[in-house]
Amino acid sequence: MEPRNSGGSGRTVALDVFRYLPDAEDEPRFQRYEVPAREDWVLLDALGYIKDHLDGTISYRWSCRMGVCGSCGMMINGEPRLACSAFLREWFPGPIRVEPLTHFPVIRDLVINLDDFIHKLSEVKAWLVPKEEKPISEGEYLQTPAQLAHFKQFSLCINCMLCYAACPVYALEPRFIGPAAIALAQRYNLDSRDGASEERADVIASQEGIWECEFVGDCSRVCPKHVDPAGAIQQAKVTDTTDWYRSLLMPKGRQ
Amino acid sequence: MKGKEYVRPISSTWFLQRGSWKRFMLRELTALFVGAYAVFLLVMVYRARDEQSFAAFYEGLRSPLSILFHLVTLGMVLYHAVTWFQLTPQAMPMWRGEERVNPASVITTQYVVWALATVVVAGLAIGLGR
Repeated sequence: MEPRNSGGSGRTVALDVFRYLPDAEDEPRFQRYEVPAREDWVLLDALGYIKDHLDGTISYRWSCRMGVCGSCGMMINGEPRLACSAFLREWFPGPIRVEPLTHFPVIRDLVINLDDFIHKLSEVKAWLVPKEEKPISEGEYLQTPAQLAHFKQFSLCINCMLCYAACPVYALEPRFIGPAAIALAQRYNLDSRDGASEERADVIASQEGIWECEFVGDCSRVCPKHVDPAGAIQQAKVTDTTDWYRSLLMPKGRQ
Repeated sequence: MKGKEYVRPISSTWFLQRGSWKRFMLRELTALFVGAYAVFLLVMVYRARDEQSFAAFYEGLRSPLSILFHLVTLGMVLYHAVTWFQLTPQAMPMWRGEERVNPASVITTQYVVWALATVVVAGLAIGLGR
């Protein structure tokens, strides 16, 4: 990716980038790079410039560069952001501190280990489990627009994990299932075609689930897709509480 | 990727790192004042068992310390109420068919109910006091 150095006024902005090279060094450090201070550049462009022109050893994840894939989440001056949607000009004249997403182990430079999150996604069964399996010949599982509306917001998650980096509960208790995984569980629980909410409750309503959340609300504030995971968790708390009272009042009834 | 991973330490003053975390901790702190005021009300009810005991209690309310307690508690309880009102639409989304009810109207409704409840309670207090 050759940068077009058009309109170059020669102005630069300093990036202080978190470097961690496990094979060579025990401790991480910050390394400063001067990159063109272009109005139309996002942080991901600047990282590409460093990689191509200044220092090929720098590592970071990226893919779509248009806020859809969720790969380039990182801390920019302490805020969890997608590097592809964060214009450098927001922080002019700089310097801009770039770190890997916080609350996750760092593999190298800006690359974090996301195994924990992937594992949690499977724990909450973040997929559709049909109420009753039917053969393809019987056609689609139908749904009205109103039924879709109830969970659509939670389905917009791109698994970027910015919400985990914004969550102090996850920082202090890494076993916490966390914002995105619970929001996705809620997305399927609220789906009229799904029938696995009781199975999910084993995880969602457990010690590490919704009741760990203290409603700080930063997960929803940093979410680039406005999923509102904090809302999903509180709504799951309301459901869990009503279910509990219902089972108390009608122990033999259907839950 | 066999190298050892680096786990960043968490400082014990983590909540000072972000403004929103500080506001969250303050909201958690307000619960103590809400609780303290509930205890205060229970004590008041207990002291109201006879006139003499209540008169002494009433006199104590005029002390600067008591006034300070009430002012601080009022501020804390207001912060508590306002922040929870703010968060309610997230916890209790209201639906009108396919449309989600505007969060602002959920918040406004709470203020209206609060105002009405205040009028009713104040009316009762004044009415019974006569």
